[in-house]
Amino acid sequence: MNGKTQKDISIFDRVEELLNEEESFALVTVVKGPPAGEKMIVFPDQKSGVDFEGSLGNKDLDRVVSRDARGELAAGRSGVRNYGESGEAREETVQVFVESFIQPPQLLIVGAVDFTAALVKIGKVLGYRVIVCDAREIFATTQRFPLADEVIVEWPNKLIEKTGQTFGPRDAVCILTHDAKFDVPAIVSALATDVGYIGVMGSRKTHEDRIKRLQEVGVEKEEMERLRSPIGLDIGSRTPEETAISIVAEIIALRTGRSSTSLSETKGPIHD
Amino acid sequence: MKEIVKDIRRWQKQDKKIAVARVIDLDGSGPRLPGAAMAVTEEGEVAGSVSGGCVEGAVVLEALEVIKNNKRHIVSFGYSDEEAFSVGLTCGGTVHLFIEPLDW
Repeated sequence: MNGKTQKDISIFDRVEELLNEEESFALVTVVKGPPAGEKMIVFPDQKSGVDFEGSLGNKDLDRVVSRDARGELAAGRSGVRNYGESGEAREETVQVFVESFIQPPQLLIVGAVDFTAALVKIGKVLGYRVIVCDAREIFATTQRFPLADEVIVEWPNKLIEKTGQTFGPRDAVCILTHDAKFDVPAIVSALATDVGYIGVMGSRKTHEDRIKRLQEVGVEKEEMERLRSPIGLDIGSRTPEETAISIVAEIIALRTGRSSTSLSETKGPIHD
Repeated sequence: MKEIVKDIRRWQKQDKKIAVARVIDLDGSGPRLPGAAMAVTEEGEVAGSVSGGCVEGAVVLEALEVIKNNKRHIVSFGYSDEEAFSVGLTCGGTVHLFIEPLDW
């Protein structure tokens, strides 16, 4: 069944509901051509048998646009697309705006240390779903990290093995324990996921020692190139908060592929 | 959108008329991506933002018109160095917004 929406609830009500439930969906609005303002909500896959709710006022248009919107949603993109009145390609009678709402990226912080609290805070500011994991029950408490979405007492490598398949390019793992007993297995399991960023805290000396330990357990050199270790950008951070900023700046720069140099030292457009 | 829902709900409870402006497209460089949203009430109260502050003032005026005429449309703001006081993005891009009454 397509295009049915509950009668007594508006599209805006539904958007609010889906946002609160942190569902992934696309809100499609006709912005040009007849019937401007018409809307539909498109789901990533069939949601209890429903592809989309609402209608743009033409069955064929609904079918074509919902299919395309699903593609945009999968890529996490928002933007405009043009169609003919019945969804014809290469026509521009109707312009729609596809707005993708996707689940927030995840930030898994391994190790319940002082730096963790600061990184939780900054991670929340940036809209991450933040998870803290530490095997030590007395440290991994919600009282210490009230802003974290989840605080989990578990061996970090076990948690990553269990939930790692949900990690993608937008997600990040920051390993802050600087204790080889936790670090090494956590790194090994993080490397087995598609997570976009793996940062590991420690001094240069800890880093050298860690590389040796990773070699001992059979991690290849190319795999190690995925690690950001020591973690963060070189901005001279001292406090936990400053360090957290240097870490998230590195996460952003890795995702965008930008240089991490001052804009005053570079040329070209600021936004891609 | 998410960050303006609460304000919209509060205004709806007060029976205020509301318009929503959303960035739908950018030409060249722009500070906020498609999806950036702003809500404006008939009294000129504002939630959210659609640029780095360059066009918000003009968007409020457009939104008030939309509320008055109950007509939705696309509005574009570009940079113009000939008219020093015209509204536009200082970064040189053009931003396209869809402004509509919240009747949905």
